[in-house]
Amino acid sequence: MSKLIVENLSRVFPGVHGGAAVTALQPTSLSVGDNDFVTILGPSGCGKSTLLRMIAGLDRPTSGTITLDGRKITGPGPDRGMVFQSYTLFPWLTISENIAFGLTEKGMNPMEARDIVAAYIDRVGLKGFENHYPKQLSGGMQQRTAIARALANDPAVLLLDEPFGALDNQTRALMQELLLGIWEREKKTVLFVTHDIEEAIFIASRCLVMSARPGRIKADIAIDLPYPRHYTLKTSPEFSSLKARLTEEIRAEAVLAAAH
Amino acid sequence: MRPLEPISQPARLWLGVSFFVVFFAGWALATLGGYVPKIFLADPITMVEDGWRLLTKFGFGLDIAITIWRVVGGFVLAVIVAVPLGILMGAYKPIEAFFEPFVSFARYLPASAFVPLLILWAGLGETQKLLVIFLGSVFQIVLMVAVVVGNTRRDLVEAAYTLGSGDRSVVRRVLIPMNAPEIAEILRLVLGWAWTYVIVAELIGSSAGIGHMIIDSQALMATGQIIFGIIVIGVIGLVSDFLFKLVNRRLFPWRLA
Ligand SMILES: Nc1ncnc2c1ncn2[C@@H]1O[C@H](COP(=O)(O)OP(=O)(O)OP(=O)(O)O)[C@@H](O)[C@H]1O
Ligand SMILES: [Mg+2]
Repeated sequence: MSKLIVENLSRVFPGVHGGAAVTALQPTSLSVGDNDFVTILGPSGCGKSTLLRMIAGLDRPTSGTITLDGRKITGPGPDRGMVFQSYTLFPWLTISENIAFGLTEKGMNPMEARDIVAAYIDRVGLKGFENHYPKQLSGGMQQRTAIARALANDPAVLLLDEPFGALDNQTRALMQELLLGIWEREKKTVLFVTHDIEEAIFIASRCLVMSARPGRIKADIAIDLPYPRHYTLKTSPEFSSLKARLTEEIRAEAVLAAAH
Repeated sequence: MRPLEPISQPARLWLGVSFFVVFFAGWALATLGGYVPKIFLADPITMVEDGWRLLTKFGFGLDIAITIWRVVGGFVLAVIVAVPLGILMGAYKPIEAFFEPFVSFARYLPASAFVPLLILWAGLGETQKLLVIFLGSVFQIVLMVAVVVGNTRRDLVEAAYTLGSGDRSVVRRVLIPMNAPEIAEILRLVLGWAWTYVIVAELIGSSAGIGHMIIDSQALMATGQIIFGIIVIGVIGLVSDFLFKLVNRRLFPWRLA
């Protein structure tokens, strides 16, 4: 059974200053199975963030519905954790307090919350930084904290919007392995937006390619590479052929997008 | 010297003090050197002597205490009203739409011009003095707090929603702690302005306070006393500013991190 069902979802932004309205997302349908790791790949401006934000409940669809575990989504909630591209840790809270934010919101008692926070601090490799403020951490560490903060809430779906977009290549590769490790262990349903083709293949069990604006899903590709995955996978022939295929798909769109 | 390049703490202190030295030296030169007649401007030595006499013989300490009490009293009343209202206005746009035009208008009403009216309404007692400070501060604080809270980073608010926060929780757990240092900074600024109102309030129909002493000294042509009064206000302002900064640094360590 599908966990997340998106039916005919579209979003049209009204024109600014009397300009033409912008169709960010054409009516799109999609169904995501339990424990799928789905990456959404597409050129800039094709509506990836818009799609993710509507699933998170942060933006209202122009048409269509989203159903999670059989319930219709009408607004944001703790069942959909989100990691943003920009750094969104709360600057006045320490790393531990940031991770505990959602748990406090649930009314969990502090002792119990402390154990969960400690477990996630450990899992994302931030031992020793519990009492630091976000400003005192590097970008990669901040995004790891953001992932831990979202996961600590035990959401049904984890939504990530280019979480590693601002990181250098080496850090980004390590972060991919870290996220993959967590997913392999905890089995979560994940939607991961990216415009990096290698990233989209390496971590995913399924990859959706979106067309240039106005966005729609133009290809749905299963990534049948075995888990657990190791970074050496990136040099394997299967990986290369998937990469060649996705590059072809995305290139056509990028050319279109640039022509706009 | 290069743009935005920071300087060391000792250098900062040293430079800050040296301007005071330059200022007093200039003043001393102008007065003691005979370039400015004594009637218009007392020299620093006379000022210190006058000040000492005021403090020891005329109980000027009590005047200072009364003035401080008026400023703090009126200011605290304004804070109690203005900060919650400002936060609500920043957080909820309909509330802002309701109050903002009036507050913007009221902000430009000069507090000092209300003194005669307030005397009529509240007499010459303490209530009138507190009301002047209150009126002078409350609208400024409301508006500035509303603007700061209204400009809270949207992505932080959205992050809180995806972590399960409700609307009230977003106000309590995001909008308030995020903007608390900024609000404290606003209060520091407005407290400075409150000092200017209190002196105006004390210039008219008052029997105690720094402003009252200044008006009395004017009748006696005692410019030394007037300047001493003004300097006392400056020193109190400097001290309260320093305390505010110290408390802010203690309360909001994350700002310095
Ligand atoms: N709040 C908004 N108001 C008006 N137009 C918007 C708004 N948000 C997004 N858009 C438009 O919708 C389109 C899709 O935006 P979106 O942010 O979803 O793209 P994206 O695929 O995430 O791009 P990127 O990879 O650059 O982040 C863009 O053309 C953008 O101009
Ligand atoms: Mg985006």
